[in-house]
Amino acid sequence: MTAPGARRPVAVVSFAQSPQVRQEDRRNEVEVLMPVVQEVFADAGITKDDIGFVCSGSSDYLVGAPFSFVMALDAVGVWPPMRESHVEMDGAWALYEAWTMLQAGDVDTALVYSFGRSSPGQLARVLTLQLDPYYMAPLWPDPVALAALQARAMIDAGLADEADFAAVAARSRRHAMANANAQVSGDHNVEELLGDDYVVAPLRRHALPPITDGAAAIVLAAGDRANELCSRPAWITGIDHRIEAHALGARDLTSSPSTRRAAQGAGIEGARVQVAELHAPFAHQELILRAALDLGPDTSVNPSGGALAANAVMVAGLIRIGEAAARVMDGTAEVAVAHATSGPCLQQNLVCALASSPGPGGL
Amino acid sequence: MSEPVTMLSTPIRIEYEFTAGLAQSRFLKGMSEGRFLGQRCPRCAKVYVPPRGSCPTDGVPTTDEVELGNIGTVTTYCVVNVPFQGQSIEIPYICAQILLDGANIAFMGLIQELPADQVRMGLRVEAVWVERSELGPTMASVKYFRPNGEPDADYSTFSEYL
Repeated sequence: MTAPGARRPVAVVSFAQSPQVRQEDRRNEVEVLMPVVQEVFADAGITKDDIGFVCSGSSDYLVGAPFSFVMALDAVGVWPPMRESHVEMDGAWALYEAWTMLQAGDVDTALVYSFGRSSPGQLARVLTLQLDPYYMAPLWPDPVALAALQARAMIDAGLADEADFAAVAARSRRHAMANANAQVSGDHNVEELLGDDYVVAPLRRHALPPITDGAAAIVLAAGDRANELCSRPAWITGIDHRIEAHALGARDLTSSPSTRRAAQGAGIEGARVQVAELHAPFAHQELILRAALDLGPDTSVNPSGGALAANAVMVAGLIRIGEAAARVMDGTAEVAVAHATSGPCLQQNLVCALASSPGPGGL
Repeated sequence: MSEPVTMLSTPIRIEYEFTAGLAQSRFLKGMSEGRFLGQRCPRCAKVYVPPRGSCPTDGVPTTDEVELGNIGTVTTYCVVNVPFQGQSIEIPYICAQILLDGANIAFMGLIQELPADQVRMGLRVEAVWVERSELGPTMASVKYFRPNGEPDADYSTFSEYL
């Protein structure tokens, strides 16, 4: 990557999300997304005509509708024609593409959005289709079973036990009580949660993410434009993403070298991180990510409740960036880190460092 | 050594529940009442039928409901001469884009009661609905469109919608 000093400063200036719910059974994708896009524009005091680039993240497999991302553009209104792109990934990766576009210098603003309704399809089967199609997918191992293998490997390695998983869930749910958009929240202690049934041992109900429908949007702006649109922009001081080997058997499931490397690329080493929003769909994965990111006890992890509170597939990663940026924009934090994941057992990982001050000095 | 594997069959089946959405649900409810219900953009005043809840050019919700009549214009068409499996209509038949009077977008419909070689752009048509008792929340509530006997529409009245 280019030296941090050579980069054009780019910031999150606005973030919005829909209420994250178990089932949007009346509104279609466009109807869920449109109010979110309108809110993210209103918050920045702009309209679609002020946007130089649009990038979205979603997957047609979730609702079984081909080219659903094209229909979703109705929520923005891309006329006259706009520069627009889409990734078949979580919106966090769409944000990465938009950040890259802003680095090129042709445009000063970008809209990033993502949407995902997991409720219309069979999510476990849909997610199985992302596995290697010859040796893994025909066995139909669902994502919970694969995550359970990972959790079991952690227990066997002496890195954590079920009470540690429950502690992550208890804290996430407690944090989520302050998040009006969260789907699962509540005040539970670890002993109570350990009374949950196993879904797939050693994962009990609380260690799993909910099935969620939702949408989110972010406006990015570069340089002076960011200061015009937001009184306290959340500057992206570094962003990087990395991937593990596709074959699960080739990986050490108890660690996340790709997250560690992405964190190095994002330049968070040695930074005093006040807030971290980690996309850990399963409770034990938060422990893996904390270790990979070297987060200490001073860092507030997932004040939003994280993915255990709401996990709209294709959206939850972008929400992590939005929530972390919101903590910088509202003055809670000077430095925040967001992480997004995709694929089975934390296969792909993106790390985004955000700060109240642009450039390498921001951290 | 055993035979090498040269082919692998891995059947995949996933079922979905389709969510029509608020706007299309209104439209489909209209179909079960024998009415075309569209929506108007509050900004550009264009009327969309079937509505999708937003104006694709302005990106704003289309909240005003508009009832349209039974009559429209063929903007363009295709005569189907090719038989295919599951075909329910005798070939040749006419598939046309129909712009209802007062609408700003055309939708696809079947043209009947007209020899296929007589269809033309600008042809004025009317919807023929199924029997009242058979109406349902589906496009199939319209059996087909047929010529309504009016003189052809001038090209300039629909050239924007091609």
